[in-house]
Amino acid sequence: MAKRVVIDPVTRIEGHLRIEVVPENGYVKNAYSSAQMWRGLEVILQGRNPDDAWMFVQRICGVCTTVHALASVRSVENALQLEIPYNAQMIRNIIIAAHALHDHIVHFYHLSALDWVDIVSALKADPQKAAKIAESYQDWKLNGASVFKAVQDKLRKFVESGQLGPFANGYWGHPAMKLSPEVNLIAVTHYLQALDYQRKATQAVAILGGKFPHIQNLAVGGVSTAINLDNEATLNMERLYYIKQLLEEVREFVHNCYLPDVIAISAFYKEWLNYGRGVDNYLAVPDLPQDTKGEVFDLPGGTIIGGNLSTVKPIKSFNDPYFINNVAENITHSWYKGDWTRHPWEEDTIPEYTGMPGGYVDGNEKYSWSKAPRFRHNGNYIPMQVGPLAQVLVGYAQGHKLTKKYVDQALSMLSSLAGTKADINALQSTPGRHIARAIRAQMLSDLALKQWEQLVDNVGRGDYEIFNPPSYPAGEIKGCGFHEAPRGTLSHWCVIENGKLKNYQAVVPSTWNASPRDGKGQMGPYEASLIGNPIAEPEKPLEVLRTVHSFDPCIACAVHMVDTEGEEIVKVKAL
Amino acid sequence: MDRGIFLGGIPGTTSRRGFLRACAIATAAMGLPMEMVSKVAEAAKDPERPRVIWLHFQECTGCTMSLLEASHPDIASLILDLISLDYQETLMVAAGEQAEENLHKAIEEGNYILVVEGGIPLKDDGVYCKVAGKTAVESLKKAAEKAVAIIAIGTCSAYGGIQAAKPNPTGAVGVQDIIKDKPIINVPGCPPNPHNFLSTILYYLTFKKLPPTDRWGRPLFAYGRKIHDHCERRPHFDEGRFVEQFGDIGHQLGYCLYKVGCKGPETYSNCPVIRFNDVEVWPVSVGNGCYGCTEPNFWDTMAPFHDRLPNIKIPGAGIQASATEFGKAALGVTAAAIAIHAGIGVAKRLATGSKSEE
Repeated sequence: MAKRVVIDPVTRIEGHLRIEVVPENGYVKNAYSSAQMWRGLEVILQGRNPDDAWMFVQRICGVCTTVHALASVRSVENALQLEIPYNAQMIRNIIIAAHALHDHIVHFYHLSALDWVDIVSALKADPQKAAKIAESYQDWKLNGASVFKAVQDKLRKFVESGQLGPFANGYWGHPAMKLSPEVNLIAVTHYLQALDYQRKATQAVAILGGKFPHIQNLAVGGVSTAINLDNEATLNMERLYYIKQLLEEVREFVHNCYLPDVIAISAFYKEWLNYGRGVDNYLAVPDLPQDTKGEVFDLPGGTIIGGNLSTVKPIKSFNDPYFINNVAENITHSWYKGDWTRHPWEEDTIPEYTGMPGGYVDGNEKYSWSKAPRFRHNGNYIPMQVGPLAQVLVGYAQGHKLTKKYVDQALSMLSSLAGTKADINALQSTPGRHIARAIRAQMLSDLALKQWEQLVDNVGRGDYEIFNPPSYPAGEIKGCGFHEAPRGTLSHWCVIENGKLKNYQAVVPSTWNASPRDGKGQMGPYEASLIGNPIAEPEKPLEVLRTVHSFDPCIACAVHMVDTEGEEIVKVKAL
Repeated sequence: MDRGIFLGGIPGTTSRRGFLRACAIATAAMGLPMEMVSKVAEAAKDPERPRVIWLHFQECTGCTMSLLEASHPDIASLILDLISLDYQETLMVAAGEQAEENLHKAIEEGNYILVVEGGIPLKDDGVYCKVAGKTAVESLKKAAEKAVAIIAIGTCSAYGGIQAAKPNPTGAVGVQDIIKDKPIINVPGCPPNPHNFLSTILYYLTFKKLPPTDRWGRPLFAYGRKIHDHCERRPHFDEGRFVEQFGDIGHQLGYCLYKVGCKGPETYSNCPVIRFNDVEVWPVSVGNGCYGCTEPNFWDTMAPFHDRLPNIKIPGAGIQASATEFGKAALGVTAAAIAIHAGIGVAKRLATGSKSEE
């Protein structure tokens, strides 16, 4: 008789997430993913100005702020086949890189680390010993016994106050927690320091975008960030150097603190390198365009099928039919009217909520607000995992220099800390997703400064151009804009008729990853990755959180894991 | 409470001096005299930290993210020193049953400030947003019962926000449309400046009452005047120097953005004064107009965002003009009056509408 464990809400994500797991002999047996919030933005956009769409859709998410705005202007520009000025491309690129750096830092330290790190255990640490351990695997300027001791004192006072606030009722002392008190103390210290470094990254975004979250400097045709080296109200030398300094500080944190922390924690939990692989078809799109058309990129994209790197097939440009023609969404198990697999330009979005009879998912019925994005491969529609792991694997498989450099470095550090040989396949796992994210952050921290230099060089040549005004033709045009966002491949699809939006669809990274089963019964990546996941205490399903969090869920939705094979339904009350 | 704990080069955390400075900044932000600093500091050091429950409904988490970017107080000081954040789904460690338990406990104890982020859908019995199997409207009513006050953070929880834009497919509304028997204060914006929210909380903790508000329930210290009244580009408006298109010479010289859609003349907020992210910016400062995100229903009333406002009060007429008077009226006397004010040379250009609609 299997029990059913309900986790609702899942916290430390964007949005509302519900999980149900069926443990069997200490492992998860089956899983369903179900989204439970819908806001109707696709409907709200109909009939509005394409110029305004980016403002609306940016509000899809405030954690992934900027990303929908960018995908949106790119989709309208794609429909118009409108090139944007080089400066605008560089300004967008700096925003892309800096936002992703903030996002990856926050995801690891503030949304995920406490699945692996026991704060209460840190109270027992010896700060001197912690300093030695930290020194053994990283060269970070803000480590040191006195720093660790100050944090520990602070933490003790906080715990003794009896008001634990957001840390109340956590998984302290859980048998799956394996770090020593000293490593826990190092991690808690970096949790606090990371708050400051993520802020520096967003400040770089704000200098260009006017504020953060939700930038306000985009336009179909470029950006509205005025450039003039000889004016005080524009992007001038003081502003540019402020950005550079912030990017350099963040780069130092990523290379010297964030990446080594992720590798060290993964090494301490090396048995987890065998869990959480799930869907091993990977999709990433190229980004950081280096020209005005979107044909040359600093970050590569492509697909990999079945976890086999030799199957890599590149995606080369903003107009690449390999991507544009092969994306589809299925709604067999989604709360929308109908049962179809359609291309985004052909989709409609008519909500039809049928609920969950009996309060739980019935896997034969509709059970999610999330659609199921699928990619056409050899005539079949297959699920794809998107995210930093996909991007790193696709880059590695294509021999992308920067990717290869940092992947090889990370794997050699992981091998030596874990005392076991870790190869590229080790990344296809729960901790592997965190490692890939940190590797991507390393790349972006370098590339952000490269974009900055290119912008300054170009501006120095007297080019202040930032905007290429759009003009809308009569009749119908269609566009696809894609962006490799922090959580993976994002694409926006617009149909414009006589200068007004006729249809608008966003195929979001978390939709790819959190998707329910499709018409053929194929699971989405969350669902698949949870099968075989360990679960020591069904009442406190910490390990389930570990795997779900490793995807960096960003869904105003819920995920269910349900066994439909007649198990006894027990809502476990954990105290 | 000793705040001198964080030393040793940990950035962004508070020494005693830093703490007092933060209190001074907060005091100034609330428009209070400087002799109030000690009172603010005292309130902030209250040994029993005031409890806060934070609920998310139809939202994007942007308001929560804005808090992560705040500096005075920063998020660490806020949750470790100033308040006890007993429930907040983005930041809390506990999940599922453990999280639910925290919420029930906190509600049982009562005497908390309730913060709401996101709109509340009412259509079809509220099925469009569920948390822990309960609809947003159920959860809101339950949590409001024992709250001492409610702060609606962001335009969504204040007025319905983006999901309430036409045709409002989920029937989304703001907190004040549902809860009628509690003091509610709105801190709108998309997202609002986090310091407007933090100063509202500090005001309440210091004086045990909510700050005075305008007709839309917004604290006067933050939303008492129009963007236009404090805009650094105002002299350009007065002199008739306008940006005609992004990237043109006027744009490169920092001219007024009214003609490329700035909604500053009809938007009440302190953005030009306190700015964002501690890097001296706000949308206008980088070269983009204000979109009016602190105003109710701005998604419908302020769009298209790059079209200029059709009906503007004559500069100098003061702050009595209300946002409700703003409609899509045809250009008339007002525009002519602006034209005269803005200099005869530009009258003709001013009286022609935006080009992007043609």
